Amino acid sequence: MGSLLDSLLVLVLVLNLYALGTSRIAVVIRVVALQGFVLAALPLLAHGEIGAESVIISVAAVALKAVIIPMMLFRALRDVQIRREVEPLISTGASMLLGGLGAALALAFAKNLPLTAHDGHSLIVPAALATVLAGFLLLTTRLKAISQVLGYLVLENGIFIFGLVLVDAVPLVVEIGALLDLVVAIFVMGILLGHIRREFSSIDTRALSALKED
Amino acid sequence: MNASTVLGQVVDVLALLLVPPLLLGVINRVKAKAGGRRGQPLLQAYRDLARLLRKGLVFSETTTWIFRAAPIVTLVATLLAGLLIPLGGGGPVGFEGDLILFVYLFALGRFFTTAAALDTGSPFEGMGAAREVTWAALTEPAVFFVLISLASWSDSLSLDTMLLAPAGPHAATLVLSAAGLFIVLLVECSRVPFDDPNTHLELTMVHEVMVLDHSGPLFAAVLYGAAMKLFILATLLVRLVTPHLADAWATRGVVLAGVLAVAVVIGVVESTTARVRLARIPNLVSGAALVTAVGFLLAVR
Repeated sequence: MGSLLDSLLVLVLVLNLYALGTSRIAVVIRVVALQGFVLAALPLLAHGEIGAESVIISVAAVALKAVIIPMMLFRALRDVQIRREVEPLISTGASMLLGGLGAALALAFAKNLPLTAHDGHSLIVPAALATVLAGFLLLTTRLKAISQVLGYLVLENGIFIFGLVLVDAVPLVVEIGALLDLVVAIFVMGILLGHIRREFSSIDTRALSALKED
Repeated sequence: MNASTVLGQVVDVLALLLVPPLLLGVINRVKAKAGGRRGQPLLQAYRDLARLLRKGLVFSETTTWIFRAAPIVTLVATLLAGLLIPLGGGGPVGFEGDLILFVYLFALGRFFTTAAALDTGSPFEGMGAAREVTWAALTEPAVFFVLISLASWSDSLSLDTMLLAPAGPHAATLVLSAAGLFIVLLVECSRVPFDDPNTHLELTMVHEVMVLDHSGPLFAAVLYGAAMKLFILATLLVRLVTPHLADAWATRGVVLAGVLAVAVVIGVVESTTARVRLARIPNLVSGAALVTAVGFLLAVR
């Protein structure tokens, strides 16, 4: 079980780098969907026996993260009619390198974190930290609103992985609640994207930083 | 050292000398099949080499001895690198720390190829040399990360014993290393997503443009050396992922079959993918280096 769990977490790490390294938004959506699908398998593996709770969380995660949210995002992408992130603040290559550096640091430091529920050898904590960092990078360096939504999703995926450490402490209701929050947030952002585009005829978030037009 | 070991080493060296052009034939055949053509004979590369060896040499007046020495130096450096990675284990050469020699033998060959390209004074060849060196700066770390990951769990710095060590719990590292190494192989051997060995359009080519001015036997040495490099990197890749068998002869068979399988995979990749835009290539190659680096971190954790 342990090695399969670790292999899936390594896959998550590689998907982070891939999402950081490509500029095509449709590809990033697919990567994030695949990441959601991989993550959904984790609650089943994270602790010894497979209980009803973890099955429910897994099924909900697959349905939301791998099917519903990507569909909403593809629809939003079709509405805003853009295909790639043209000029991110940091080039895709450099942000991929930064993501790799983040993964390296996460691997180096995770062992020293004083976490009671964490045995120090599993990849869960470093993978969670690296995914959160990758999400932050996507959020802060991409300028198109839809890329930032994707960054938020990756960030949330990282938090989901982190939740695996506390899987015995966090009740089912909280997990399901978090997933529901995510869906509502993406839903609202999808509507917002269309409005931003109608208002500014682009979804470049730099247009949003000024309070009024001069 | 008994008779079987000696015989095995002879077979390894013979395979290194004789098999490489066959790989080109296999790749071409797979591409032809995928494209619905009959394709050239499997042994066409050998005939090409024989034809080139019978031809005369022509040298440009601007070139110096570097241009004449380069194909030979590159071929010999590649051959030496090949001797460090035998098919079956227990190679003819090998010492503690030879992994560094392995990487830098390729670097030496590359240095002479690019120096010869610059020696001709042709702007196209200079451009090809610049591209080749740029990408090599990214593929070299990837190869080193793969090799030191291997060194970390085998507790050895000699390629010979490193490749014999079982990977055990490092399966994830192995997968990442193999994926990175495959991309390195495609870049180094100028295969399709990164370069096109068939086109002679100067603006798109990298490796081919550097050897435009070579002719006759020296061009044969260039082609033969390139094929040998493909064979060596494929051997490294296959030996990385296949478990080591107790019987050296069985290992040899498995590895040789694996190398041919790598050629088939390259043919499939070339038939199904389009060339990547030039500006995107450094991105992809540094991605490969990064993936091997993550693999290394997982191995030493």
